[in-house]
Amino acid sequence: MEDCLAKKMEITVSEAEKRTGRNAMNIQETYTAYLIETRAVESQTEGQCAPVESLWRRYSEFELLRNYLSVTYPHIVVPPLPEKRADFVWHKLSADNMDPDFVERRRIGLENFLLRVASHPVLCQDKIFYAFLMQEGGWKEMVNETGFQLKADSRLKALNATFRVKNPDKRFTELKHYSDELQSVISHLLRVRARVADRLYGVYKVHGNYGRVFSEWSAIEKEMGDGLQSAGHHMDVYAASIDDILEEEEHYADQLKEYLFYAEALRAVCRKHELMQYDLEMAAQDLTSKKQQCEELATGTVRTFSLKGMTSKLFGQETPEQREAKIKVLEEQIQEGEEQLKSKNLEGRDFVKSAWADIERFKEQKNHDLKEALISYAVMQISMCKKGIQVWTNAKECFSKM
Amino acid sequence: AASAPKPLPSSGPKSLREMPHPLATSSSEEMGPALTPSPDLLLPRSIADKDLSLPNGTPVDTSSPASSSSLLNRLQLDDDFDVETRDLFVTVDDPKKHVCTMETYITYRVTTKTTRAEFDLPEYSVRRRYQDFDWLRNKLEESQPTHLIPPLPEKFVVKGVVDRFSEEFVETRRKALDKFLKRITDHPVLSFNEHFNVFLTAKDLNAYKKQGMALLSKMGESVKYVTGGYKLRSRPLEFAAIGDYLDTFSLKLGTIDRIAQRIIKEQLEYLVELREYGPVYSTWGGLEVELSEPLEGVSACIGNCCTALEELSEDMTEDFLPVLREYILYAESMKNVLKKRDQVQAEYEAKLEAVALKREDRPKVPTDVEKCQDRVECFNADLKADMERWQNNKRQDFRQLLMGMADKNIQYYEK
Repeated sequence: MEDCLAKKMEITVSEAEKRTGRNAMNIQETYTAYLIETRAVESQTEGQCAPVESLWRRYSEFELLRNYLSVTYPHIVVPPLPEKRADFVWHKLSADNMDPDFVERRRIGLENFLLRVASHPVLCQDKIFYAFLMQEGGWKEMVNETGFQLKADSRLKALNATFRVKNPDKRFTELKHYSDELQSVISHLLRVRARVADRLYGVYKVHGNYGRVFSEWSAIEKEMGDGLQSAGHHMDVYAASIDDILEEEEHYADQLKEYLFYAEALRAVCRKHELMQYDLEMAAQDLTSKKQQCEELATGTVRTFSLKGMTSKLFGQETPEQREAKIKVLEEQIQEGEEQLKSKNLEGRDFVKSAWADIERFKEQKNHDLKEALISYAVMQISMCKKGIQVWTNAKECFSKM
Repeated sequence: AASAPKPLPSSGPKSLREMPHPLATSSSEEMGPALTPSPDLLLPRSIADKDLSLPNGTPVDTSSPASSSSLLNRLQLDDDFDVETRDLFVTVDDPKKHVCTMETYITYRVTTKTTRAEFDLPEYSVRRRYQDFDWLRNKLEESQPTHLIPPLPEKFVVKGVVDRFSEEFVETRRKALDKFLKRITDHPVLSFNEHFNVFLTAKDLNAYKKQGMALLSKMGESVKYVTGGYKLRSRPLEFAAIGDYLDTFSLKLGTIDRIAQRIIKEQLEYLVELREYGPVYSTWGGLEVELSEPLEGVSACIGNCCTALEELSEDMTEDFLPVLREYILYAESMKNVLKKRDQVQAEYEAKLEAVALKREDRPKVPTDVEKCQDRVECFNADLKADMERWQNNKRQDFRQLLMGMADKNIQYYEK
């Protein structure tokens, strides 16, 4: 990653702010704006602190950027954005987009997105991306001028449409299958985890009632009083500790969510390949039929039934001149078609090659990231247990002094 | 009329008060009845869990046979009073199911080892069923109305359809019955009770029971108190305090019971979710190549957590909750004793009044009155003694209990 932008520049999404303004339909709305700060790293090594450049962007602009990147680099697994709406919440978390915790987690997610793009060997070199970071005004127009929306294949949006591809690349089929399974398993995991968090919260909080009762009870006791009182205090501590524990766990959930969305991006690449392959096969099919038509006209044999053949039989044969003209047109088309097919094939092979390279890169990144996420989750669990041991050991001591 | 220990020559109430308690620490205080002490102030925590009673300041009537003071004399003749001089050991174990034509029931083996003269043999082993324990308790209440009798585990199972013959239920009950007998054994007065002796030794308890019914009329006097009609003038402060304490105590215990049950319920619901959570990691592991090992690892760990949590909940249910309930029952029976005491005092006061009004020389009434006075004092003393003992025991019990709970939680987390 020699040319990686991330190495040359520090990028942070440092703040979030509520704004009101008018949207595209001229309706007043409230939205959150995020402050992107960048600072060149190179000049720092010279002993000077480079100036920090900053600009504000809102979520919809991030979305625009990502759409542009997806269309412009169809063979790349484009990093996903954090979720638009809060999903997989457990009861204490708010599902409100304006909730400060949600905004905070989104801020972190957006920063992560930018860092991912900046560390991608291909994406980081994109001019539009650079402008996103550096140029506040006129960026939207710049993006639209690229005309990427025209390139966007509307067929991709129809996620469930199947294209009967006769010769799919087996690797892509497997990969698509994998990404589907991954999506399904991670969302199941996140759902259950949310329920687990909910229940665990309940268990801890009820222990807080012990604190109250022990305190009340200690009031009527003489020798047992002190022990009960301090034990009660520990119960309160225990009950309160769950809030921090679960907040930390949210971070783990976010890491999983990123890969949930990454799975979607992976799937998108597979779909694009499918489409390409489909177009290729269609083109090849078209070419074959044209060649056939040509042959028939040239030799005068009708091998297959065609409406034209029937009508000409009924309404009289064509003149040789007409036939010649037709053949010529067809020959031109065939030539065009063959060229198109060649270039499509080339395109296809290029796509497969570069896509596969990026997929390998992605796989490595995924394995690395997820391993780390699992490790930190385990560490979290251990620390939670250690805290539990601590609290109950303290309580035990209080009891032993009764 | 009640069974009694052999009355020993007593040097009189005064000297008792002056005699230092064998186990008293230098910081022990003597309190008069006018103050409102907490009942367990006087006693130090004895190492051997053996408690002695000391009537604190209340004049003790030596003519009353069921007084613990006479026993105290006897105990003071010993040099040391700790575990080694304990002369009565009782255990309840080996539950067995009996199937008869009419019914099916469980008996428990009751083993006794003793060096006491009241027992003919040094060792006994008999089989008893719950009914027998219930009978014993009733007899004790009848014959020692001024004492606090330990509670029995509940007769009927309240919650849902619990199998009377399930291992857990039988074991929980066995432990409670064992505790019941041990408490009686530890009691300096109750352990010498005639019925207790018979319970421990008789081959055929039923024969004795039938015999006992005939004697009931003779015992009647000590059992029956005239209810109603006697209004209590003033309850001595310390008993009022005990009463209040018991009320609050059972309230708090009830709350703790509910909390503990709620926690167990929440833990079980948590367990349900955990059980679904673990396998998802496994499924994911199946999808992956490099990550499959760590994912399987996570799945296995979650499985371990599930098992540990299950154990925790089970232990709480089996060990913690029953003891709580036992103490609530205890508090209930104590309140009953207090009520009786009030009754006796009321009767005594009424009779006193009657005498004062009539200004007649009625030899009958004074003895009656004296008897009442007797009872009241007796009550007071024994009650206090028992309270102290009970408090101490309770403290020990709870200490162990809560420590056990803490321990379990620790174990859970360590897993």
